Amino acid sequence: MGFYSVLEKWNNFDFENYFSHVTDKDVIESIEKDNLDEFDFLNLLAPIAKNHLEKMAIKANLVKQQYFGNVISLYIPIYVSNFCTNNCAYCGFSKKNHIIRKHQTIEQIEEEAKEIAKTGIDHILLLTGEAKEIDTMDYLKEAVKVLKKYFDSVSIEVMPLEEEEYRELKEIGLDGLTVYQETYNEEIYDQVHISGKKKDYHFRLNTPERGAKAGLRTVGMGPLFGLSEIKKEAFLAGLHLKYLTDKYLNTAFSISLPRINPAEGGFQPSFPLDDVTFVQFLTAFRLFQVKADINISTREVAEFRDHLMHIGVTKLSAGSKTDVGGYTKKDESTCQFEISDTRSAEETIQAIENYGYQPIYKDWQQIL
Amino acid sequence: MDKLILKGHEFENRLLTGTGKFADKNLIAPMLKASKSNIITMALRRVNFSNPKENILNYIPKEVTLLPNTSGARNAEEAIKIARIAREAGCGDFIKIEIINDMKYLMPDNEETVKATKVLAEEGFIVLPYIVPDLITAKKLEEAGAAAIMPLGSPIGSNKGLLTKPLIEMINDNKKLPVIVDAGIGAPSQAAEAMEMGIDAVLVNTAISTAEDPVKMGEAFAMAVKAGRMAYLAKLAKTSKFANASSPLTDFLFRGDK
Repeated sequence: MGFYSVLEKWNNFDFENYFSHVTDKDVIESIEKDNLDEFDFLNLLAPIAKNHLEKMAIKANLVKQQYFGNVISLYIPIYVSNFCTNNCAYCGFSKKNHIIRKHQTIEQIEEEAKEIAKTGIDHILLLTGEAKEIDTMDYLKEAVKVLKKYFDSVSIEVMPLEEEEYRELKEIGLDGLTVYQETYNEEIYDQVHISGKKKDYHFRLNTPERGAKAGLRTVGMGPLFGLSEIKKEAFLAGLHLKYLTDKYLNTAFSISLPRINPAEGGFQPSFPLDDVTFVQFLTAFRLFQVKADINISTREVAEFRDHLMHIGVTKLSAGSKTDVGGYTKKDESTCQFEISDTRSAEETIQAIENYGYQPIYKDWQQIL
Repeated sequence: MDKLILKGHEFENRLLTGTGKFADKNLIAPMLKASKSNIITMALRRVNFSNPKENILNYIPKEVTLLPNTSGARNAEEAIKIARIAREAGCGDFIKIEIINDMKYLMPDNEETVKATKVLAEEGFIVLPYIVPDLITAKKLEEAGAAAIMPLGSPIGSNKGLLTKPLIEMINDNKKLPVIVDAGIGAPSQAAEAMEMGIDAVLVNTAISTAEDPVKMGEAFAMAVKAGRMAYLAKLAKTSKFANASSPLTDFLFRGDK
């Protein structure tokens, strides 16, 4: 049953009632602990914890320095296809949207790879929409193979696959998987995923675990903030992270906190996540799971991303383009969402150095 | 100071340092100068041979001995491959075996470490294996041909010092090879404590590289390591539960006037 059995245990928990009873003393005690349990994490997510935001940020920075040092790891996403068979209310790639769709050939991927490699960043994240008839396993394998020629570390963010399929991709050099649950609320999940394979809540929920079972080195996860009540989403995502971290010692897990950005289709989030709460959640994640990577994408604006470096973030994407063929610009397609941090990879790296951090271009040696 | 000898290679200094976690790689050379550390470890996974601008090797002075480590390896096979890549890339024969497949606590895998040590020692590497302190593993590593034993003082990044002291003492009391405490040392006083115990050297990375002034902290560690070694060689005065009165309390019983 996997993580779902953990979720079920919290089904009848009265979150709002708990949050309303958290005191300042509870929050301070939880901040000061070395090993936080689920209730400490809840205390840090409670609205009252905002009174102690600075203290949370200082501790988050200390913990980050202690376990990761003065470093920020870099990666670059490459969108190779934006075809999708799902109809999701919030996504620009949604099947119902009349957008310019592209599916790159392996040769085109190689051309893009050459362009991206010029940045010196050695970690790449391959992305597609969810259209298994077009982005077949053979296609993904060929794409991973060609990317391995230029990058030591290749991860994917594509449609959820079976464990065996992850294993096949690992054999040709895939390191990692990123998959977002979007929302842990099963009812809302069903509403916003109108049609398509993605409608299967359980298949999605168990994806990070399938990746870990297949032996992938890194698994990235997180909720998409905006679809459901945010404190509960953050808590359940943290619980999911803890469940996986405790169970699969061999895999390094990372968490992202994506917020809904303007996209084709004009979806408006029902539960917006403001900057202050974003920082509260980010520091809460850092204190709850000290060794997990925390990753911030270019969905966030440059200035905000820069500040987050000082409060627990360990991983940034740089110079991202979310349109297919965005790096060589030989073609035109529609982006998945609008990027907020539009700086080039070089500009992002420069900012990291200016703030006193060492940008990590490469963190894995290809040996397999 | 007396010399540290690793498989016939002599080193003046007993402080080993690391390249990881520096905010500015340009601080590595002055840190090495201030600390006089002449062995520095670096994760091969972070060396970008194809990008001359970002190659960490450019920041390490030529006279310093490189100790590439196999960080990122999850089993013996991967560690062996990384070691061979390091040697082929011209990083020398020293290799620190670091095999971790526990991402939660980052504990090294002693069993896989013994396997990798055996293979690499046979290939002529000078192998420095990083382990959870365990006497039996240390003995197996001696047999496997290691050049030193590197037990952890406390978990990586914890800066908690010598939490494993009784276990390290067992290894140190029964050693045939130099013992180097690696991981967990967060302050010069903790390094001095290890050296006073008779540990042969310490490897310190995080505590130096993430200090506000890594150059000054490198120097502070050098002084602590030297002080600790000198104290060990000078043989520390014995400690006692009882105060030794300068005029013995029972002396009156044995005086001639009794």
